[in-house]
Amino acid sequence: MRTDEQAQKKYAAMVEKASPKSPMAKNCLMAFLSGGFICAFGQFLQDSYLSFGIEYENALLLVSISLILISAVLTAAGIYSKLGKYCGAGTEVPITGFANSVVSPAIEYRNAGLIMGMGAKMFVIAGPVIVYGTLTSVVVGICYYFLGR
Amino acid sequence: MTKRVGRQTVAFSKPIVIRAAASTVGKKEGEGPLGKYFDEIAEDSMMGEDSWEKAESCFVAENMALVLKKAGLSHEDIQYVLCGDLLNQCIGTTFGVKDLHIPFLGLFGACSTMGEAMSVGAMLIDGGFAEYILGGASSHFCAAEKQFRFPLPLGIQRPQSATRTVTGDGAVVLAKEGEGPQITMVTTGKIIDMGITDAQNMGAAMAPAAVDLLLAHFKETGRTPQDYDVIATGDLGYVGHQLVVELMEKEGYDMSENYTDCGILIFDRETQDTHSGGSGCACSAVTFCGYFYPKLCSGEINRMLFIPTGALLSADSAVLGLTIPAVAHGVVIESGKGSCK
Repeated sequence: MRTDEQAQKKYAAMVEKASPKSPMAKNCLMAFLSGGFICAFGQFLQDSYLSFGIEYENALLLVSISLILISAVLTAAGIYSKLGKYCGAGTEVPITGFANSVVSPAIEYRNAGLIMGMGAKMFVIAGPVIVYGTLTSVVVGICYYFLGR
Repeated sequence: MTKRVGRQTVAFSKPIVIRAAASTVGKKEGEGPLGKYFDEIAEDSMMGEDSWEKAESCFVAENMALVLKKAGLSHEDIQYVLCGDLLNQCIGTTFGVKDLHIPFLGLFGACSTMGEAMSVGAMLIDGGFAEYILGGASSHFCAAEKQFRFPLPLGIQRPQSATRTVTGDGAVVLAKEGEGPQITMVTTGKIIDMGITDAQNMGAAMAPAAVDLLLAHFKETGRTPQDYDVIATGDLGYVGHQLVVELMEKEGYDMSENYTDCGILIFDRETQDTHSGGSGCACSAVTFCGYFYPKLCSGEINRMLFIPTGALLSADSAVLGLTIPAVAHGVVIESGKGSCK
């Protein structure tokens, strides 16, 4: 048993050496630039909405809605997956990535029907984000209630 | 005379003939370095259907019809059809062959299925249970991504060690006699698990199974890598290929000259962005049927060791964090030096 474990460890080291690494520096730079661009674009939208005389809170809401709409359309057009390949975390982390993760399974499973396909599968990727996002907000809320005031 | 050469290897009393081979692939495979060797290239990877799963079955059905035509046989001449694929319960296969009305033996060896089909088919014929057998394997990039990974429109980055599932179907007609390349020996692999859990590095998970099979084959037959014009594994890609060369070198075998991998041959990684290479049941199946089979017919290759490799994971085993066991099936094929269909 012990020799098996040793052999596995030795092999894991060989695999580590033989497997090419992802280009970290390039990926980080692309994520920084693309993520930054999306945020700047969001700011531009917000300023534009405000300049149209829309109230601040509504303008914020409209920014989110606009970004979600744009990424949903880009996902359906097959462009978002190509962007994601180059931008990585830059397009994945902002709200646009969330929209992409909901629309993608909806498209992929649409041929299984509206209920068992699209409805059931739509949140397979985004589901955990919603569950743990909500849970975290509860925990933070409790902390804030007792400590934050 | 016993047909058993060793614990894992059998030699046939009379070589089994591969009467015909056919390959049908998707657009991307057709654009790759082997494009000109394939029989049919489908421009539409949906094959006019409304799901990837049905599309895969279309590849199977069309290619089975093609290989029968090339062999000059009708479905009534065939005693068994042996094939499999990667989709749950092998639906790519079953919906593809159901209308052939040939007694069906479904196989699952993941991406090693083509080797398993040829091995079991040859044994059935040598045992006197069949004259003609249809063997094949299929996979579809989109269907496999949907089942094992993420929906296609999702914008994510794939690691450099990942491979791309080949879309297509490869099929052969095995016969008791006649013209064509011959299967002379079969070495059946054991399941080997070296504790790899990274489903994005299948080459690393499968390489030890290929090495175990190679060592068993050489030990039991007394042969060396130099006894073969070509040794080709199924879908180890660049990462797995390199690991096999290194591991075999440690065992005292030089694999640097005549060893290749179907996953390396089928795509051009520079222009096709396929990272470590091709994978999937169809990878070894279409590369053998399209590229190696004619070379065996013409005598350009005299003797080859064909080793499709399979990673025996499921979408469930992967999320449970289980390791990835692997298997490899070795088939020795010698040139027919005659006419080929």
